[in-house]
Parts: sequence; C-alpha cells; structure tokens
Amino acid sequence: MIKLVALIPLFPLLGFIINGFFGKKISKSLSGWIASLAVLASFVISLLIFMELENSEVKSHIVPLFSWINSDTLKIPFEFLVDPLSSWFLLIITGIGFLIHIYSMGYMHDDEGFVRFFTYLNLFVFFMLLLVLGNNYLIMFVGWEGVGLCSYLLIGFWFKNTAYNNAAKKAFIMNRVGDLGFLMGIILIFITFGSISYDQVFTIASTGNETTVTIIALLLFIGAMGKSAQLPLYTWLPDAMAGPTPVSALIHAATMVTAGIYMIVRSNIFYSMSEEASHVVAIVGVATALFAATIGLFQNDIKKVLAYSTVSQLGLMFLGLGVGAYSSSVFHVTTHAFFKALLFLGAGSVIHAMGGEQDMRKMGGLWKHLPITGKVMAIGTLAISGFPLLSGFFSKDEILAHTYEHSPTLWFFGQVASILTAFYMFRLLFLTFFGKFRGTHEQEHHLHESPSTMTIPLIVLAILSIFGGVLGLPEFWGTTNWFHHHLDPIIAHKNPSILNHAKEWTLMFIATAAALATIFFAYMVYIKNNILPEAKDEKLTGIKKLIYNKYYVDEIYEAVIRKPLDLLSEVFYKFLDLQVVDGIVNGVGSAVTGVSSLVRKVQTGHIGFYIFGMVLGIIAILFFTFIK
Amino acid sequence: MLNGIPINFYIMLSAVLFIIGVVGVMARRNAIIIFMCIELMLNAVNLLLVAFSTLHNDASGQVFVFFIMAVAAAEVAVGLAILSMVYRNFKTIDIDLLSRLKN
Repeated sequence: MIKLVALIPLFPLLGFIINGFFGKKISKSLSGWIASLAVLASFVISLLIFMELENSEVKSHIVPLFSWINSDTLKIPFEFLVDPLSSWFLLIITGIGFLIHIYSMGYMHDDEGFVRFFTYLNLFVFFMLLLVLGNNYLIMFVGWEGVGLCSYLLIGFWFKNTAYNNAAKKAFIMNRVGDLGFLMGIILIFITFGSISYDQVFTIASTGNETTVTIIALLLFIGAMGKSAQLPLYTWLPDAMAGPTPVSALIHAATMVTAGIYMIVRSNIFYSMSEEASHVVAIVGVATALFAATIGLFQNDIKKVLAYSTVSQLGLMFLGLGVGAYSSSVFHVTTHAFFKALLFLGAGSVIHAMGGEQDMRKMGGLWKHLPITGKVMAIGTLAISGFPLLSGFFSKDEILAHTYEHSPTLWFFGQVASILTAFYMFRLLFLTFFGKFRGTHEQEHHLHESPSTMTIPLIVLAILSIFGGVLGLPEFWGTTNWFHHHLDPIIAHKNPSILNHAKEWTLMFIATAAALATIFFAYMVYIKNNILPEAKDEKLTGIKKLIYNKYYVDEIYEAVIRKPLDLLSEVFYKFLDLQVVDGIVNGVGSAVTGVSSLVRKVQTGHIGFYIFGMVLGIIAILFFTFIK
Repeated sequence: MLNGIPINFYIMLSAVLFIIGVVGVMARRNAIIIFMCIELMLNAVNLLLVAFSTLHNDASGQVFVFFIMAVAAAEVAVGLAILSMVYRNFKTIDIDLLSRLKN
C-alpha cells in the first residue's frame, strides 16, 4: 500500500483537472461531489497507509517516483517520504479537508463561483499533500508556493470586491518575504550538506558547524513566520478572512498555516542542534501568542476573533517547538485543526443564518434559532479554552508543561495567552448565542439552522474536538501517550520530561483553575451584567482603542515600509524612468532618424550611380584584401 | 606556357576585357549595352579560369566555367525579360530615366 502513496495527491489533482476544464459542462452538485470524493479517496488511502505504517517495523519509507532535476552536482529525485509525521499530516489534511468539502457544498450552494471554488480547493489539497509528502526541501517548496497561490486565489475568491483583492495581495506579498528566507535556507542547506533530501541531510546534519546550522534554522524559521503568521509577518492572516468561511477553516486554520510547524518539526535536528535558533522560535512564538490574544479581546467581527485566535494558537505551537516539544506541537496542530475548523465552520453557519452579517454586535440570542450550531460552537469554545478533558486541554497542557521545564517565564506568558484565549472565545460565544437578538427584523425572520451538509461535518468535528485528547493522554496519569510514541522515530534528540508528577499535577491544576475562572469572569461580564461592546468605534479610548485598532501594526507597516517604498519608487520613476531610461530609448530613436535622413540622400534612384557605388565597393574590397 | 603563349598574356587579356566591361557598365546608359558589358566581365573571368586550369592541369577550373556559363545564361534570360517589360512600360531602356524606384 505504501508504494501507492502517489495516488494520494493524484486524486485531488484529478478533481482539479476535471472541475477546472469540464466544470462548466457538468452539473453543480456533480462537480461538488467529484471534488469531495477525490479528497475522500485520498483520505481512505492515507488511512490504509497509516495503518500499514503503524504495524510495520520500518518507520520511514522512501517512495521514488522519477528523477526530477539531474544536473552536474545537483541531483534531485522526485520522491515521497512516508513516515509517522507525513502520514499523520496526510490524515489531518485529507480528513478535515473532506469534511470541509462537504460543508462547502452547503455553504457555497448559491454562489455563482461554485465550480471554481471546488477547483481551487482541490488544487489546494493537492499542493498541501505535496508539501508534506516530499522527501526533499524542493518538493516541500513547490507545495509551499502552491498552497500560497491557492490561498491567494481563495482569499480573493470574490474578486469583484477590491478590499478582498487587496487582502489576497497582502497575503501573497507577505508570504513572499517569508518564502525568500525559506529559499535561502534551502540553498544554504545545499551548499553546506551537498544535498536537500531529508534522509541524506539529516544523517550528516550533526557534522555541520553550529553557526551555519543556526543560520539555516533561522532562515527556515523566517519561512515559517510568513506561512504560519508569526510576528512580524502575521498581519495577512486576519485580512485573509475575506475569503469564504470554509477557506478560512481549511487553509487559514487547519492546514496551510500549520505548514511552518510541519517544516520545523521535519527539520527538528537543526533546531535541537542550535540553542539560539530554538530560543528565537520560542520567544517569537510566545510573543505572537500574547500579542494576538490581546487583539482578539476587542474584535467585533466573528471571523476576525477566530483569526487572531488562530495566530495566537500558532504562536503557542511555536513556543512548543522552541522548547523542543515537537510532538506536543504536532499534537496541538491536530487538536487545533479539529476545534478551530469546527469554530470557523460554526461561524460560517452563523454568518449563513445572519445573511452575511459578521459583526457580533448585531447578533445575540442565536442559541434557540441555531440549536446544533450553538452546541457545537460551545464545544469548540470549551475545547480551545482548555476545559478539562476536552482535546485542547491535553495538547495545550503538554506544551505549557514542556515550556515550564524550559523556562518558567515563558510558561507564565504562555499561560496568560491561554487565559486571554478562554476569555475572548467565551466573549464570542456569549455575544453570539446568548442575550437578546440585536440585528434587524428581517434578519430575525431569516434566521434558520443550516442544511445537513453543513451540520454533519460540524457534528463530526465536535466529536473529534471532544475526544481528540485521547491521542495524547499525559504520561503522569499512568497512561501511555500514544501520540508521543508515534512521532518518536522522527525526533532527532528526544527530550523526556524531567518534571516530577506533583509539579505536573500543579501545572495542570493551575491551567484548569485559570480557564474556569476566566470562563466565569466572561460569564459575569457578558451574561450577568450584559456589558456589550461599544456600538460605535470612535467611543473607545486609551489602551482599548490601541488594541481595538490592532496596535496600529498595519498603519506602522504602512508608514515604515510602504510609504518609503512608494516615495522611493516615485523618485525612481521621476528620475530613472522618465529621465534616464526614456532618455536613452528616445535618444536612440532620434539618432537613427537623424542619421538616416542624411544617408537617405545617397539613394538617388539613378541606376548608374548605384553601379558606380558597387564598383567602388568591389575595388575597395579587393584593395583591402589583396593589396594591404 | 600554354600552346607557346605565356600565361601573362592571358592575364592581361582578361584584365583588359574586364576593365572594358567595368567601364562600359559605368559609362553607358543603354541597359542592353550594360548587360553585354556584364557578360564581358564574366567571360574575362572565364578565360582566366580556363587558362589557369590548363596551366595547372586541373580540370576543376573548367568545371567552374561551365557553371558560370549556365548561370550567366539563366541571368541573361531573366534580365532580358525584365528589360522587355521595362521597355513595354516606359518606352525606353535608358537607365538614367528609370529612376522611379526612388519613390
């Protein structure tokens, strides 16, 4: 079965080709089903491969497909790598991907770009699978760029809206910054180790000198910063919410943004060799987690809250990577994929019911109108807040416990970020589903539960969000942490927990108590005292205003980067373009005209004169050839 | 020595014929005369080729001459056809009057 791994990306590619070229000729529902079944087929094969790998003694299988680049010293075969990490990501991508495809059939039902949507979605799944399956950095890079392209296409899916197009461009350009770092990292790996295939690089990685390895690790991390929306390259992700909600769920929460984490876990040997690079990752991660969590506190757009929450959770995952808790981070990627996809799709269901309204100030009291959506959203919120025994509780706790071993300060900030997360998520839940309805009358009449194509994926994801935690039960409970063992073969330097059980229990207790207290606090604020966010943005003052405006980061980037760039281009335009370049081009033109107006006089039209010229020419040639 | 005549004589004869041709082409205005002068130049070259071919006992010079004659014949055929068309249209073959090409 493992030999058939090439089929996994092939199915979505086929779906893309069928929908892309013949989508107009087949019916809407057929094209939706083709796309969904393509991903389902990939999921089934992924599952079979996963089981086979689980039972097999050898944990890393390289499946060569063809020779790709074959020049003098650069030999890059097109190979797929099946190991615990890639097979796990395959399951997440195709599994969540399939659910979101099904959901999209309901959500996008009335959209005129229905077929185009599924075409892009299949293409995205294809590139994402390529990214995780490749056995060298170049294939990863191709997938990396491909998902970036699909992200661009899907953010700007409603291309008639200029603001959406700008958001798409922003995402693309911001990712380019990171991609450059990634590319330089790959080149440096090639220069240092003479290969970019994982198996070859990782076996000789320990021979590299520490400075080079640190630089490689940092360059790769810059790539991850762009793709996984970390400080300072995170601002594209909140804007990316311009895309349809299923896209936000699939690309900007569950899969694409975790590519950076995949890449770092894949290259974990570099990070475990370089303490400095790991420190940078941890600090950037915790800073992002905290920063985005505070912004999330005052956002009123339901999707924006979730977007900042995603940035913050990704920061937490990077914190885990930075402290060497690679498998815990992947575990959090998994549970986060469950509950964040659930929350986004739930938000999509709410937006669907509200007729496109995304402002939470105009919602409220939706619980009785949307019973299923309300319940699953509540489950998702509890899971992300770290409510005991739900999936988020275990994964977040694992990361924080590892962080505590490493540095109690980082643990403290991580804990604060997760408290803030619990608060704003419950703020979202309470503002949306409880209290009185604050929208217009038409909206109130229009309120309805979503069709079953949308609610079934929600229910499945809710079940996963509840029980996802059993994958990685904490060791100090006396259970085996299955997930940890699963990923063990790909972690170069194992980092066993050194905390004693009492300390782990204490940490877990603190986290639980903090989460419960925060939930209670949010309840007091938004339900008991019924405090609503200001309806008008201008009334905010002080720090609230600062945070509401997202610390003015976009404005700062605008002033520090875009304005000087614009100014510089203006100067170049006025001077270089208009004066120098245009001067040269026009000068050549007028010189030719001038010279030819002189030379034209030679063309008299008299044949005798021409013959005379010819004879002179021949004589001249003879003279210079023979006499000289 | 060819048949008792030194090679220099052949060269001089060829040179004289060639110069007559060149001068004729440059000086005369009648297109047919110009044509004839061109032929004269070609034949001057032919003569020289044949002379040297015999001197060196190498037949390839004579083969060249055959080719030149064939090409010259073809060229004359085309050239005279053009000239007859020119005459039909302009009633003259004086090349100084045929300056329409300029515009």
